[in-house]
Amino acid sequence: MTEPVVEATDLKKRHGDFEAVRGISFRIEAGSCFGILGPNGAGKTSTLRMVQAVSAPSAGRLRVLGLDPVSDGATVRSRIGVVPQDDNLDPDLDVRENLYVYARYFRMSRAEAERRAKTLLEFVSLTEKSNRRIRELSGGMKRRLVIARALVNEPELVVLDEPTTGLDPQARHHVWQKLRELKERGVTTAITTHYMDEAERLCDVVVIMDGGRIIATGAPAAVIREHAGEEVVELEVSEEDEKKILDGLSLEGALTERTGDTRRFFLSRRSGLADRLIERARAARAPCSLRNASLEDVFLRLTGRDLSE
Amino acid sequence: MIRAASFARNACRVTLRNMLVWRRLALPSSIGYVGEPLLYLVALGFGLGQVVPRLGGMTYAEFIAPGLVVSTVMYTATFECTFGSYTRMETQGTYDAILATPISIGELVAGEILFGGIKAAFSGVIVLGVARAFGLVPSWWALGIAPVALLAGLLFSAMALVTSSFSKSYDVFNYYFTLIIAPMYLFGGVFFPLDRMPVWIQRAALLVPLTHVVTLSRSLVRGTVSAGLVGNAAVLVGFLCPAYFLAEYGLRRRLER
Repeated sequence: MTEPVVEATDLKKRHGDFEAVRGISFRIEAGSCFGILGPNGAGKTSTLRMVQAVSAPSAGRLRVLGLDPVSDGATVRSRIGVVPQDDNLDPDLDVRENLYVYARYFRMSRAEAERRAKTLLEFVSLTEKSNRRIRELSGGMKRRLVIARALVNEPELVVLDEPTTGLDPQARHHVWQKLRELKERGVTTAITTHYMDEAERLCDVVVIMDGGRIIATGAPAAVIREHAGEEVVELEVSEEDEKKILDGLSLEGALTERTGDTRRFFLSRRSGLADRLIERARAARAPCSLRNASLEDVFLRLTGRDLSE
Repeated sequence: MIRAASFARNACRVTLRNMLVWRRLALPSSIGYVGEPLLYLVALGFGLGQVVPRLGGMTYAEFIAPGLVVSTVMYTATFECTFGSYTRMETQGTYDAILATPISIGELVAGEILFGGIKAAFSGVIVLGVARAFGLVPSWWALGIAPVALLAGLLFSAMALVTSSFSKSYDVFNYYFTLIIAPMYLFGGVFFPLDRMPVWIQRAALLVPLTHVVTLSRSLVRGTVSAGLVGNAAVLVGFLCPAYFLAEYGLRRRLER
């Protein structure tokens, strides 16, 4: 078995009095796409910053590419690429210079840096914008340029913190396509996202974090089955009406959840409960729907609290 | 040795990033440096100078010209590493982007200070050229102002970067300019000779970096060079080292969250 690209054991990060990461363990296997999901403040970014070797763990063991990111920080950083949450492209430089200057930070010669900038501009289809200033780019173009910048050192691991937040659907698909191309090349990726469909699409393994801890882990399909069953029935009813509809129906310990006026039932196909629920809801003229369980259901179930919070 | 070479090379990469940006604006910003010292030189040197007696054999314009050269260095370095560095750090995220690469915080700090020093020295040399055009620079020793301006530029950049690294907003720079920079400008020996002041003021002035820079500058411009100037330069180095480490400490605390 090959060594994992990242291995964390009981990792903790404390910022003053606040413990952002409270003892998490995970492995990122070579060539895989690893997703970290969780609400804001769950500790995702703190975790990534430790993996990037820009923030030292407060406790626990962390190995990145077989190295200690504290004592070998510069070497670790020279072998990984980073797509940060906020675009921190250099507004004082044009598009090509952003890549050129960045390549120089990785000790490339001038000629090599120029070559690299040219290749990467082609990779993210920004060759025509070479001499534009950053403020002239659309949000999607900026993201593509940040991704290109993260690849300037031909990294073995690319860390992406919410790479598609705020992008329109076309731009998101474009970013996904680039990530798939990276994967085909065998590059390992670690990604945080708020979009569950994105994680389902891209990730081989996901962890769901909440309050600095990992509360679920596994392949997306397995996580969904475990925590949200296979099918979801949603009823749009008040609690009083719900009692009438469910009167006498045995739910046999099916997982349910209520947010506002929506009641969800997470069911296995075998149980046949979905049909019975829908029948009763129709008879009571209550709006209801049936769909496949998704990662979003898992997310809302595990991290979901009242909307008032 | 290899570590030192690698440190220097990485620091230079940061400096070169700033040089690339500066290249676009070098001409307009150079004119900017000359503007203010030129106003002071004309208004005070040639205007006020008409009613000021000769000081140690110098007209008033000759007296203040060397000080205006190095106070330009001080202001250029200070602006660069307060407003300039703070913008790169807080607003643009440039530091975060750089620190995601193999470049370390120490190398980043050194690179920023080096750039501030070079830019400031450049501005000082331009003002020196203007003073020369007015016939206020009699000695060829004045060529020695270039390295002095670089050393002073490094020091004032480092001090400014310390301020930036501990600042919570741009507003803090007002205090720095009002409480540190302006008093140095006014009481550092640029506009009047300190040797006519009470002894305690003279002693206090020795703790002010600009005083030593002005002494160096005036001696080189006048050609009155002595071994004592090495001491003035040593004081500047003595200020520079702790300022560098303090800036590194401040940025580490701030950025390594």
